[in-house]
Parts: sequence; structure tokens; C-alpha cells
Amino acid sequence: MAALTRSAPSEQERKSHEMGMHTEQLTGRTQQVFFDIDLGEAHHGFGLPDTFDVDFNKRGEIDASNMDAKHVNARIREMMKEGYGTIVLKNPGAKHSMAVGILNRLNLIIDGSLGYFGVGLIDGPNVRIAGRVGWSCGENMMSGTILIEKNAGSQFGAAIRGGDLVCKGDVGSRTGIDMKGGTIIVGGNTGAFTGFMMQRGRMVICGNAGKNLGDSMYDGTIYIGGEPQSLGVDAVWGEMTDLDKEWLERKLRMYDVMPKGGIESFRKIVAGKQLWNYDNLEPTEKKLVL
Amino acid sequence: MCGIAGVIHRGGATGVGQEMTAMLQSLRHRGPDSTGFAVYGVTAADEYVMRLKLAEAEDLETDHKIRDKIRDRQAEVDKRLAELGVDTLAVEEPTPYAFRYRLRYSGDTKQLATDIEQIDGAEVLSLGHALELIKDLGDATRVSQTYGLGGFRGTHGIGHTRMATESDVDIRSAHPYWAYPYNDIAVVHNGQITNYWIMRRELERLGHRFMSNCDSELLAVYTANNLEQGATLEDSLRASIKEIDGVFTYLVATDKELGLAKDTMAAKPMVLFESDDLVALASEEVAIRAIVPREIDTSDPYDEEVRVWQR
Repeated sequence: MAALTRSAPSEQERKSHEMGMHTEQLTGRTQQVFFDIDLGEAHHGFGLPDTFDVDFNKRGEIDASNMDAKHVNARIREMMKEGYGTIVLKNPGAKHSMAVGILNRLNLIIDGSLGYFGVGLIDGPNVRIAGRVGWSCGENMMSGTILIEKNAGSQFGAAIRGGDLVCKGDVGSRTGIDMKGGTIIVGGNTGAFTGFMMQRGRMVICGNAGKNLGDSMYDGTIYIGGEPQSLGVDAVWGEMTDLDKEWLERKLRMYDVMPKGGIESFRKIVAGKQLWNYDNLEPTEKKLVL
Repeated sequence: MCGIAGVIHRGGATGVGQEMTAMLQSLRHRGPDSTGFAVYGVTAADEYVMRLKLAEAEDLETDHKIRDKIRDRQAEVDKRLAELGVDTLAVEEPTPYAFRYRLRYSGDTKQLATDIEQIDGAEVLSLGHALELIKDLGDATRVSQTYGLGGFRGTHGIGHTRMATESDVDIRSAHPYWAYPYNDIAVVHNGQITNYWIMRRELERLGHRFMSNCDSELLAVYTANNLEQGATLEDSLRASIKEIDGVFTYLVATDKELGLAKDTMAAKPMVLFESDDLVALASEEVAIRAIVPREIDTSDPYDEEVRVWQR
């Protein structure tokens, strides 16, 4: 029971807590290094389990004009098995469920637009999309990066756990719903219920947000450069720190995204935790403590 | 789930029948039960096109006397048209139960529609100078081929692929719905309306008629009622967001306009493409790609968004 009490947090702990980093852990298999001396590097590929050893300088193309998503996804996997580390997907034609379930290091360049559920369930690849994406892009992403040049639909980055998901244009409603880690960056505006039930991670909105921003968020941090139509239940304004600004500067320069007013225009939204019972003790545990 | 789509050209008539067929066929996975089109062509000012059905498609399978009944019903339609002084210019019969009448008439079209619908089994699907409303069971390609829609030329249109959730798989419950008795107004809808019965009873008390138990029909009747009260299409769309509960995205077309309304939760999808000469919108971008097969910039309308485009 001694672990139930603790001393006051240090300055660094306080700052990291304010940024939503205090309990955040690196997620995704590609961020963990495994080494099995018996199986060796040849089997695992750089020590990562069940991944292919790819060469980023080996480049190949897929023309998706006359292919459905199932065959495109199978072809991506085949090419990774053949060692291709850079794949260009031509003519995706806004089809659904393209480039999903990639659990490997890979440079994937999508020369067009995706439909719904694009690039979902990924763990590791760096994806660049020249066009637009439909609903639920990057859903359940574990690690890696997705950079979208145009607009995105609703449920952008639903339930992501890690990695960077960046849209340079506008996105739809419920952006980052249920996100549990990672970073979502929106270069333009976002719709209603952005950050709904957010649990961890950081979201950066350079433009405006629709109503109920951060509604019922448990934790995590939202930075907004424009104006939200309204804040959601239990979402409150936080205090921007130098640490926040340094992180924003570094992150946004990395993806060449910046609000009109620069870093100084950002404000911060955190959970008010009035509805918070996330880490509370179970009733039986409370009895033991008492 | 359902899929909806719409297209409006700003530069005159084009192959809108073929375009709507391609768009709706690419949305087939959102609803394979039935497909419907409301397309707007060019008709002489004193002429009307009336689309009507005199039986349900499944009646052909279940009622061995249905063909005789349809013949009798059509004779009654012709008789009533003659009594009203309607000049019947042409009659087409794309299916044994669906008919297209080209008419010349200078009287009250509400009276005309009411008189026809008093015939047992008859339902006027649309009546107007420009609107032709076609709906049947099956996917877009099948319906389009059956009704010869591929060659239809017009300025704009809306359409729907239906996955039946609230009501039966039949033509009566298929979209689009004509905003009876207003000429040239049609509605397609994706969503669920949760205050349907409250709203329906209110509208029925005002004298409006419902032909199905499909919640989407409410939007057509609601729009008709608002227009009757003098509202513009945009006024009606905005009012619907406040007065109608549920999750919905719907399109309304008139002889000159195409309108969009999205509910307060933005729970139903819509993707929009706008250019100088064309506006295309659909539940999924893949439908827009079916008629604009190049890289384009598209966007999602937000919650409570209302848009109206003119042809």
C-alpha cells in the first residue's frame, strides 16, 4: 500500500504532465527492439518480429487502376518480402481500405487519393499521400508517419496509439476520437467533436475547430492556433509553457505546417478531469486502503 | 447505410443519366436493395412528364391477376386524364408496372396527381416540367438499363442506393421521394430520423399525404410543406437541421437548384467536388471519381452545413 502515496512532482514531472507525456509510452512493435540470438537477424529483419528486411533504395511501383484494395494490399506485402523499401502507389482512385495493416519499415508514396479506412492499422511505415483521404484514415495506427497533402474526412486518426498523422488541409468531424497516443497535426480547420474521448497524445490544430472541441477528454493535450466554436464537456484551457512552444516549433517545422499567427498563436486545451475516474481505485481497493 | 449522390452542371444539358448511373453503381456496396434516380431534363414549358407505378415489382410474383389489374388501372388513369382535359402526348412502359406519360396540361397539377392516386394501386412518382423520377429494385446498372436512362440528357440529378433498415424492400420505400405535390422537387437521404412519427403526425394534420413508412419520405413532405409556406429551399434546409432529430445528410433538387443539408452531429458522410462548370457530391469520393477520373480537390461539408447550387 506504500505505493499509493507519493511526494510532490518535480518541475520536470509537472511540465511533462502538462504536455500529456507523463504516462505516455512508446507503442508499436517497431519501437521496440527484439533480438533473438537463435533466430538471428536474417529471420527477423533488423531484430523486429515478423517483419521483412527492406532496402529503402530499392524502389518499385504499383498501378492500382484495375486492382481492388485486397490485391493492392497483398502486392505491397509481396514487394516488402522482395525487399522493396520504397513503393509508389499510382492511381489509387479514392478506393477504400488501401495500404492497411503494414507492420514494417517502408517508404510508401501514394500518388493520388484514398477512400475510407486508408492506411489503417499500420505499425512503422512512413506514408506520403499526394491527394486526399476519406473517413477513418490512419485508424489504430501504432507508429510511423502519415503525411497528407490535401484534405481528410471524418474520424481522422481514430484511436491512434503512436506515430505522427499529419493533414496539411482541412479535416472532417471527430478528429482523433478516442486517441490513445501519438500526434495528430491539422494544417487547416477541423470539424465538430474533435478530440472526443481523447485519452493520451497530442493534437495540433492550426486553424479553427467545430463545436465541442475535446469533449469528454480523459487526458492528452490539444493545441489550437485558431478558434474553437466551443469547448466540449470537461475540456478546459491550459497554460502554454516554453516546453510546449519548443515542441510545437520542432514538430511543425518538421512537416512544414504553421498557422498564420506562428507558434505564438497557439493555445492549449487539457482535460478538466471533473469527470475523471480513469485511474481511481476500485471500490474493493479503497476498502483495503481505508 | 445507403449511398446518395448528386450532380449539377452549370453549362447546359449533358448526359446526366449516364453520370448518375456511374456514380450510383460505384456506391452499390452502400445499398444493394434498390436504386433511384431523380434527373432533370429539358421539357417544353407547357408540357409535363408524369412517372407513375400501378403495382409493386413483387406483385408480379405473388398476384397471378396483377397484369389484368394493371391494365384496368391504366385504363382508369387514361379515363381520368381525359376527364381533366389533359392532352396525353406519349406513353411509355419500361416495365409492366411503371409508366411514363408526357402530357400537355394547363390546369392544377395537384388536382391531377390527387385524382390519379385515388386509383387503387397507383402512385405518382413524379410530376413536373423537368423532373423524371425512376426507382426500382436492384443496382444502378440494372435500373438504368431497364428504364433506358443511359441516354437521358439533363442539367442535374440526384440518386440513391438503398440498404433497407427502417422499412421494406419495395419501390414504395425506395428513394428518391417526390415532394408531392410540388412539381420538380425530389429528395434523397442517408440516415435515420428519430422524431419521424411526431413530425409525420404534425404534417398529416396539415393535410399532407404519406405513401410509405420510410423515414426519408418525411424530408420530402417536410420540404414541400416549407415551400408551401413560402420558404426558399435554403430556408427549408436550415430549418430542418433544428426541427428534425436524428442523423442525416440529404439532398434536395428542384428544377433549377441542388441543395445539401447535414445534421448537427455530422454523422453521415458527404464528399464535395466543385468546379466552375460542375458540382458533384456523394457519400464516397469513389462515386465522384466515376465521372471525374482525374486527381481533384474534394472536401467534407461540416456539421449543420447547408449549401445550395444553381444550374
